[in-house]
Amino acid sequence: MARARRIATIASAAALAVVLAGCAANTGGSSDTGSGGPSKVDVPEVTTLPVPPNAVKPAGNGQAQCASTTTIAFAGAQSGANAQLGINILNGAQLAVNQHNQANPGCQVQLKKFDTEGDPGKAPGIVTQLVSEQPTIGAIGLPFSGESKATGAIFEQAGLVHLTPSATNPSLTQNGWKTFFRALGNDAVQGPAAAKFITGKLGAKKVCVIQDDSDYGIGLAKTTNDALGAVAADCQDKVTTGQKDFSTVANKVIAAKPDAVFYAGYYAEGAPLDQQLVTKGFTGAFVGPDGVKDDKFIQQAGDASNNAFFTCPCVPGELLPEFADAYKGVSGGQAPGTYSLEGYDSATILLAGIDSGIKDRAGLLNWVTNYDKDGFSKHFKWDGTGELAATTVYGYKVQGGKIVYVGTIG
Amino acid sequence: MPVISTILLAQGHDLLAQGPDWIKFDVGAFLSQFWSDTIDGLAYGAIYALVAMGYTMVYGVLQLINFAHSEVFIVGAYAVFFTLSALGFGTSAPNLGIAALVGDLVLAMLVAMLVSGLVAVLLERVAYRPLRRRNAPRLAFLITAIGASFAIQYAIFAWRGPNPEPAIIMFRPQPVFDIGGVIITSQQLVIFLAAIVLMIVTDQFVNRTRLGRGLRAVAQDPDTATLMGVNKERVIVLTFLIGGVLAGAAALFYMMRVPAGAQFNGGFILGIKAFAAAVLGGIGNIRGALLGGLLLGVIGNYGATLFGNGQWIDVVAFVVLVAILMVRPTGILGESLGRARV
Repeated sequence: MARARRIATIASAAALAVVLAGCAANTGGSSDTGSGGPSKVDVPEVTTLPVPPNAVKPAGNGQAQCASTTTIAFAGAQSGANAQLGINILNGAQLAVNQHNQANPGCQVQLKKFDTEGDPGKAPGIVTQLVSEQPTIGAIGLPFSGESKATGAIFEQAGLVHLTPSATNPSLTQNGWKTFFRALGNDAVQGPAAAKFITGKLGAKKVCVIQDDSDYGIGLAKTTNDALGAVAADCQDKVTTGQKDFSTVANKVIAAKPDAVFYAGYYAEGAPLDQQLVTKGFTGAFVGPDGVKDDKFIQQAGDASNNAFFTCPCVPGELLPEFADAYKGVSGGQAPGTYSLEGYDSATILLAGIDSGIKDRAGLLNWVTNYDKDGFSKHFKWDGTGELAATTVYGYKVQGGKIVYVGTIG
Repeated sequence: MPVISTILLAQGHDLLAQGPDWIKFDVGAFLSQFWSDTIDGLAYGAIYALVAMGYTMVYGVLQLINFAHSEVFIVGAYAVFFTLSALGFGTSAPNLGIAALVGDLVLAMLVAMLVSGLVAVLLERVAYRPLRRRNAPRLAFLITAIGASFAIQYAIFAWRGPNPEPAIIMFRPQPVFDIGGVIITSQQLVIFLAAIVLMIVTDQFVNRTRLGRGLRAVAQDPDTATLMGVNKERVIVLTFLIGGVLAGAAALFYMMRVPAGAQFNGGFILGIKAFAAAVLGGIGNIRGALLGGLLLGVIGNYGATLFGNGQWIDVVAFVVLVAILMVRPTGILGESLGRARV
């Protein structure tokens, strides 16, 4: 038995050696083929972000009074493959609640966490539990479009106002839900902005659009494709959640020789996809939406990620030093991530309502419906459907293993 | 009549026009990508085949579907991750000479083989042996296997969290052959050849050595084998060990293709497909596992390209599996571990 294993390892070692030696000769010459350097276009980093001077802060005036049972809830992924987005939001909301409670001894609001794992199948049960707890008068979430679609009606029935800091599928505001508010632009805004960025700033003449099987990816691919038109007409592909091997997709992209690939989905699949594209020799730009924009993308794609750009309705919260420093105290040293600032602003809106003396769900719903003030990320005022009246999309890229801001793109 | 045929034609045309909404054939892409899809399918299929060996051998000896085998595999992926991290590998390809690189990769493979092998043996000892001692019904083994699978998955989850480990880039694949525009890279070649060599060694081990003969004897008739002086418990441990060792090797090749592959549930889908490969080739049959793995790899790729998108990979692979099982219910090469010639 020991002998067999020895034979096995020696044999396979020999096989490895032979094959690697066979290609060792050209290691030097072509070592940078397919290194996936960003497309020749240079989109420079932008390092400052203007803050609205009258942004509402969670601390309020320090005089607030409320019942000790007052609770707001967070529902979203705290575990699961795409948990990082949920954790970013939760930390932002937690920071707002902490700052509020510290400044207002007479009003200690509790933040209750519910873990949906981002799973549309699990979320309804968890949200049903959430709305059944009467001290909860407002909620942050849910982060993803699929789970938001599955749970919107439950919130509606309970009359519980909830702000999603990240679900961007346009159809979410077309269900007649009065309790659903979106604290950022939707994919109908992001898709065209991404298309404009790809064909404009990146100068792409031919684009491949690849989508996953989520509500988010499908919706975003559609709006992006509509805006790209003929540029992307010949190169489309689809992948599944949890897929790890993207050979056929990569083969199609390599054959099509596009200047850029737009991936409509999340980083869990986007990272290995980009890595495998670059490994196959793709040298164009890899453009992903907010679902891909995460440090985990860089970690999981490795140095292939140097060709990546991101579009996002999210504000680069890390560029606000005051917020970034305070955030690290909550997150255990991590810098603010995607949607941290939106989570912070969303919680602040609910807290401001509580500070104004609101004690019940109906009151808080009414408060958010008529809200019209600046937050750190943007001006918050909603139309009748729960969409923001004005939205912005921001551009990012990977530079030296980090995500940096490259300015607004639409 | 003309009216009817016009209507039919119109309907037919409508159907064709509606077709692309959910299904379409991209024959052009299928033909132009045929060879690159084949090569990728063979490389990935070789990984399926190595993992399928563990399923097939355990089934051959114990008639047990060891669902926890996918976790034996993913533990190997973690072993590869930690070994290569310790050796200085990271998110970009290392600047190493060929000898040092091969040395590091072989070391990582040995560690993964050892760790996966140990986990497989431990699993047998903790989960299956107590049941066997009590002559538990086969269903109890099946449920235990599923339970063990989840237990290991969530033990890893508790330890490492939900996200995959950062990517470990082993080397930048270089084109080795370029046959009429079809490029075969060093990565594909390494995976395919090394996997085939490992499979051949295992096959020879089972068919030619004394221990292998004991293994086949137990697979054929455990009671008679015991009477003839074969130590059944030892054979069972050996079976789990071989399966685990091969899964460990598969983990290295998997990480070569999917550098951020070490994730708590990362073995799940691959495990299901490897199991399907084992069934396709004929469960209990070592050569069948190889054939099944390679077939599943290429068929999925063909399907994905022919139907125009990657979401068809598993659908096509499993439809073909069912179709083949209808014609040959025991798999392509039949169930033969126990029935092999001595």
